[in-house]
Amino acid sequence: MNTLKKASCGTMESSDAYMELEPIEAGTQIELQSVVEHQFGDSIRALAAEMLKEEGVENVKLSIVDRGALECTLRARLETLIGRAREEAAHA
Amino acid sequence: MDKVVKTLKEAIQLAGVKDGSRISFHHHLRNGDYVLNMVMDEIAGMGYKDISVNASSLFDCHLPLVDHIKNGVVTELITDYMSGGIGAQISEGILEKPVQFRTHGGRPADIIKGVTPIDVAFIAAPTADTMGNMTGKIGKSACGSMGYAYADAMCAKKVVVITDNLVPYPLPYPSIDETYADYVVSVDAIGNPAGIVSGTTKITRDPVGLVMAQTAAKVIQASGLLKDGFSFQTGAGGATLAAAQFLKEIMLKEGIKGSFGCGGITGYMVDMLNEGCFESLIDVQCFDLKAVESIRTNPKHTEVSAMRYASPDAKSAAVDSLDVVLLGATEIDTDFNVNVHTNSSGKIMGGSGGHSDTAAGAKLAMIIAPLSRARLPIVTDHVFCKSTPGSTIDVLVTQKGVAVNPARPELAAKLKDGGIHVVDIFELKEAAEKLCGQPKPLVKGDKVVADIIYRDGTLLDKIYNVR
Repeated sequence: MNTLKKASCGTMESSDAYMELEPIEAGTQIELQSVVEHQFGDSIRALAAEMLKEEGVENVKLSIVDRGALECTLRARLETLIGRAREEAAHA
Repeated sequence: MDKVVKTLKEAIQLAGVKDGSRISFHHHLRNGDYVLNMVMDEIAGMGYKDISVNASSLFDCHLPLVDHIKNGVVTELITDYMSGGIGAQISEGILEKPVQFRTHGGRPADIIKGVTPIDVAFIAAPTADTMGNMTGKIGKSACGSMGYAYADAMCAKKVVVITDNLVPYPLPYPSIDETYADYVVSVDAIGNPAGIVSGTTKITRDPVGLVMAQTAAKVIQASGLLKDGFSFQTGAGGATLAAAQFLKEIMLKEGIKGSFGCGGITGYMVDMLNEGCFESLIDVQCFDLKAVESIRTNPKHTEVSAMRYASPDAKSAAVDSLDVVLLGATEIDTDFNVNVHTNSSGKIMGGSGGHSDTAAGAKLAMIIAPLSRARLPIVTDHVFCKSTPGSTIDVLVTQKGVAVNPARPELAAKLKDGGIHVVDIFELKEAAEKLCGQPKPLVKGDKVVADIIYRDGTLLDKIYNVR
């Protein structure tokens, strides 16, 4: 498992999401603020947890500010975020 | 006889405000209004309680009203529209009695009928003379039409005119005249000019919005209504304004001379008047400076009362002669019922205004809305609250096709003949859900925070707090 550095991606535009990933001591924390919390909050948290697990990313805090992004957008942003966090670590 | 009173406090005393009084305000100064807060602060300071406030609309500049509610100064709200800041507080349940939402036509009808009698009307007047003749067309706080204030002036037991441009008697061409005014108060400013015209929306540049707008113009053309004598109203939303722009191009190209444009008037409608698309404008409310300038200088741009605009009790109202109205929606269900009261969290952030009045009156009532907004499908099984009944809505225009109310098969046939992509409303719902996923429905709380009273006085729906 590669080490990770703090990274961010996305925007605060409507129908997009802004995300930050940073390493922590232990465990995986997911923080979500969403304009569609009522309708999709649980499914967004589940998607994020699943993608982190698939990528083997742990001991991180993931913060998502969701402005009503579609699932495909959220997946793309998460993929980029994890990639950037690894890249940052590789360059460090 | 002297109607001019030195201070607002004195006017409130003379007008006989007491515990339990119902007082009223108009909303022509929109989000720049100072008068409602000025009056309410004074009334609170004088120690009155249990006041009923009937305001034709409430904006977030009126947030201090929330404190007056929490302190028991205000215990009843009657309005046609409420912005999201105040709406969120009301949705929390800060008011014991449900807010009474009416329509722009239903409000004056109920004032005149005595369903909601007014003790004292406080009328913000951009210009007034010493006997209370008033107009919105001139003055530093000019707002143009004063249409929503007519019923209040005519029916309130006492009328207090509040102006920041007091002129000698007689003011020529008043909108509302001295026969209704009891007291006149001069203040430094009745509003912030920047906020008075803040409602203006620019034409959308969003490609999805432009596709919908172009489709809407084609629907109007295909409906057969777009011919000499055509009459039209549009909301001030970005996509509906763009549709008006496309419509104007068609009318100019084909030399169609319409009869009138109606409603809240924007500069875009003024352009249509000046370029010959309409014979006149029927204006209950000006949305921007261009509209204010036009109503002041162009006799074809007519100021009308809310009764003539939309009252269901008037012998006739302008909405009864409307061919087409373009409207927005936060949600529409598969029975074509429309929600314009609550947002995606179920919290109040709007109201009917003239939505259901124009939908009921127009021959063709069109909703323009994208398939989804911020991951939420616009078409739902059941709207969270019913603002306008589906029986009065004819078509829904989206970027993925046009759904026609099944009660209007002849219209669907005409649109198909005109090359419009007509789809079933259920198909639009499925397409949106495929894109967005299936949203979990909002859970209604157990406290009614607002009643939605239809233009005929019947209870159309209730808004609950959200858990």
